[in-house]
Amino acid sequence: MSIIKLLDEFTSEKLTTKSSSRREMFGTLSSFGKKAALAAIPFGLASNKMNAASMFQENSAVDALQLALTLEYLEAEFYVKALESGVLDGYARAEAAYMQISKHETAHVDFLKAGLEGAGATPVDKPTFDFTAGGAFDPFNEGGIGQETAYAQLLALAQAFEDTGVRAYKGQAANLMGTPFLEPALQIHSVEARHASEIRRIRGLDGWITTNMRGDGMPEATQAVYDGEENVTQGGVNLTTLTYANEIVGDITTAVTQAFDEPISGDTAVAIASLFIDSEG
Amino acid sequence: MKKPLVKVDVVETSSNNSKRSSRRKFIKLGGLGLAGSSFLLYACSEDDMFNPGGEMNQPMPQPEPEPGEEVFDLGSGDVGILNYAYALEQLEAAFYTQVRAGAYYAGAPDNEKEIFDDLYNHEVIHRDFFKAAITTAAGEENTLPDLEFDVSAIDFDSRDSVLQYAQVLEDTGVGAYNGAGDRIADATYLTLAGKIVSVEARHASAIRSLIDPESGYFAGDDVIDENGLDLAYDPSEVFEAAGGFIVTDFTANNLPEPMTGS
Repeated sequence: MSIIKLLDEFTSEKLTTKSSSRREMFGTLSSFGKKAALAAIPFGLASNKMNAASMFQENSAVDALQLALTLEYLEAEFYVKALESGVLDGYARAEAAYMQISKHETAHVDFLKAGLEGAGATPVDKPTFDFTAGGAFDPFNEGGIGQETAYAQLLALAQAFEDTGVRAYKGQAANLMGTPFLEPALQIHSVEARHASEIRRIRGLDGWITTNMRGDGMPEATQAVYDGEENVTQGGVNLTTLTYANEIVGDITTAVTQAFDEPISGDTAVAIASLFIDSEG
Repeated sequence: MKKPLVKVDVVETSSNNSKRSSRRKFIKLGGLGLAGSSFLLYACSEDDMFNPGGEMNQPMPQPEPEPGEEVFDLGSGDVGILNYAYALEQLEAAFYTQVRAGAYYAGAPDNEKEIFDDLYNHEVIHRDFFKAAITTAAGEENTLPDLEFDVSAIDFDSRDSVLQYAQVLEDTGVGAYNGAGDRIADATYLTLAGKIVSVEARHASAIRSLIDPESGYFAGDDVIDENGLDLAYDPSEVFEAAGGFIVTDFTANNLPEPMTGS
């Protein structure tokens, strides 16, 4: 098979995946019944950026960085508030993790703002966040749900944010090709993955994602974060039927889906983040 | 893109040339020395040459190797980068195969066994995926052959040794993929590399949290800089770090340069 043919397959696969995951996203949003106010999102990402013509346009790179900055604003504020809330008192491992992650997410905000300004773009303003998602959660125990429940929600939201961050940066990498922002974006991407692994492990899960399972204790509203992770075909190769030189331990689909993280589109990332953006704020 | 079929020259070496450079890198990466490594790396950072056996057999660099002694070159363009990643995945898969055959694993608690089962699975899958993908895209003659490794420096009976080397390998893998991204020409391959590097980062984090739980070590200040950025290595740095394990001779003389010079 020629490289061109291989790439054709990639492209159509990607487009199929994208439209189906968008459908699922909107389904999840409406079942969650809150804040599908996508029109309020301060940037419009084109739905198909995989063609070579748009790939190198500066706008797609700036859009990618603005999306990244919005996600980093979300994460940075979340971890600062988490540490201030007292909910982590008595949970030493989680507190240590949140302190380290908070440091990184705040640095990412500053780094991306400086990068955008350096590129002559105006960084998007920080949205007003609502980490209760309209009252569905009480992660900082502000509503008095109790520390134990608040702690569980705090970790569940961290997992959703980190796993979303990994997928969102991955989805934007192609938009940053040929720009000086690609390498630092990749360097942030793997930091988010380190964070995700530790948060998941604190929650008693594997550090890696199996099929599209969000994992025990994750609210159904976070399912959009995991849809698409069940993909078993990479580079046109169905990895569940490949012959391996060493025997795989356990279930092949489990192993194959764990071994590759999947990207999400900018639209999907925005839709997930918008669950926590106060559209009236 | 077609290249003549080359024979891979597997060379047993016992040199101690370039030892300092290799060891320095390991110390920087993971606080580990590589004393006792039975073969060594000659890595020239100017042209990314990686050719340990060649140095032993031929003290002078030889631009035109004798027929039959030609070593495999990773290649140019995206195929070169894919072969580069394939070399690292071969090393990781070989490492975890050995871990699972060792005494530490045999006596490890279930949660640690499960982690090493998963990491073994993932790296074997990555390795054999690259073999299939490169062979399909560029032909068997342009696909890196199966490499031979010498991991005798690692004490597979020791939890500390296994975890420390696992950390070095995973962190190096993360840095290698991050540093290779800007050398990839095709968006599809860039995304594929992205799908793998985040899994390597998840591994690195898990291994690090086994080493030092209840701390920020999973994304420690030793690997994440003040801007919150992870490692990014040039191929020459990776060969310095990982080359001490690789017995099979190959060169990396034609890997693409970064597109933006970053």
